[in-house]
Amino acid sequence: MEHFIDIVLLGLLMITGFAIVRLRSLLAVTMLTSIYSLLSAALFVVLDAVDVALTEAAIGAGISTILMLATIAQTTDREKVPRHTPLLPLIVVITTGAALIYGTLDMPHYGDPDAPVHRHMAAAYLHDTPLEIGVPNVVTSVLASYRGYDTLGEVTVIFTAGIGVLVLLGYHTRRQNIQPPGIKKIVVLRVIAKLFLPLILLFALYILLHGDYGPGGGFQAGVIFATGFVLYALAFGLGNAQRLIPQRLLHSLAAAGVLIYAAVGIEVMLLGGKFLEYRVLADDPVTGQHLGIMLIELGVGITVAAVMLIIYFGFVSRQSSGDS
Amino acid sequence: MMALALDLLSWIFLLAGAAFLLIGAIGVLRFPDFYTRLHAVSVCDTMGAGLVLIGLMLQGGLSLVTVKLLLIFYFMMFTCPTAVHALAQAALQGKLKPVVEDRES
Repeated sequence: MEHFIDIVLLGLLMITGFAIVRLRSLLAVTMLTSIYSLLSAALFVVLDAVDVALTEAAIGAGISTILMLATIAQTTDREKVPRHTPLLPLIVVITTGAALIYGTLDMPHYGDPDAPVHRHMAAAYLHDTPLEIGVPNVVTSVLASYRGYDTLGEVTVIFTAGIGVLVLLGYHTRRQNIQPPGIKKIVVLRVIAKLFLPLILLFALYILLHGDYGPGGGFQAGVIFATGFVLYALAFGLGNAQRLIPQRLLHSLAAAGVLIYAAVGIEVMLLGGKFLEYRVLADDPVTGQHLGIMLIELGVGITVAAVMLIIYFGFVSRQSSGDS
Repeated sequence: MMALALDLLSWIFLLAGAAFLLIGAIGVLRFPDFYTRLHAVSVCDTMGAGLVLIGLMLQGGLSLVTVKLLLIFYFMMFTCPTAVHALAQAALQGKLKPVVEDRES
């Protein structure tokens, strides 16, 4: 049964991929990439990788679709017809694909329990997590504690991406409220948006704080938190959204998240541990780990949410500055 | 006996939901213009997904899973019609005319 679901999902992924390549309308391609992400999320659920599935659904199907739509709104929704023949790219793709498939022949079988990846570190993580960290979700313990350095690096990458967008696009604060004129008439959308904004934010906090026990964590929570405000901006206009969360606040929050993360590491060093070795934070090592994970997840969430909003506002606020 | 009845009921809901989803999908493919297709989608979203969720709730029994499914159900009952409504409004304001069959000519 599981194989059947796998085959159906992979088949749908392939069809979507072909459709993305064939279509010339970028709007349709954007929607199809969103569907592609949702299908991959379903595939990850089948593989029992719920944390990855949640990330894929929130980031791939959610916020990146919004960002691509914002880009299309400013540029064009038609792909240019290429002038060269597709022969050379085709040869390159076929050669690369053949090399990759040849490469997979050396890899262990799909789901092989004896694969090196399952025998080396994974076994140690699974064995040590209940003793050392005491959180049921091993993914969180690996991500936030065992591999805390990597996650700090990832947060820094996201922070850098936010700075990059700020430097390239700038940040235009709108005095007047910019909105397509028709949106005001869609009362239902505004009412529902107002009703659901607190629920979305609450759900994001749940994902953030419940990351130790269920799927989720700082990254997913940050993105969901940001989409709440994106919804507000869509329904009530950009100017109102920018008044709700001013630019300065976003900038400081983006930096504050990374700083919280790094500060936890340094605090631990001052208490006599190694960098990001949370167990010295409390008298009981397990409580210390809990506290440390919670703090750094909070940092991750703050940075991700702020950077997503910086990127979104950076994209969308340009749109109206061009024609005014 | 009770378990069997619940199971049966849940499967009826699941199959009915699947039927609605299928009808909606056929409608999206076969209907002539944007608005009628949107109509098919909204049936698909609210009715089909709603029935599937109810079926799953019956499978879940009294547990945390059912509460979560109930929340999803509640969420979908609000968001799907809103999304379809907003789409239709946007199309209307974008001056997209519905296809009307002209019987006279």
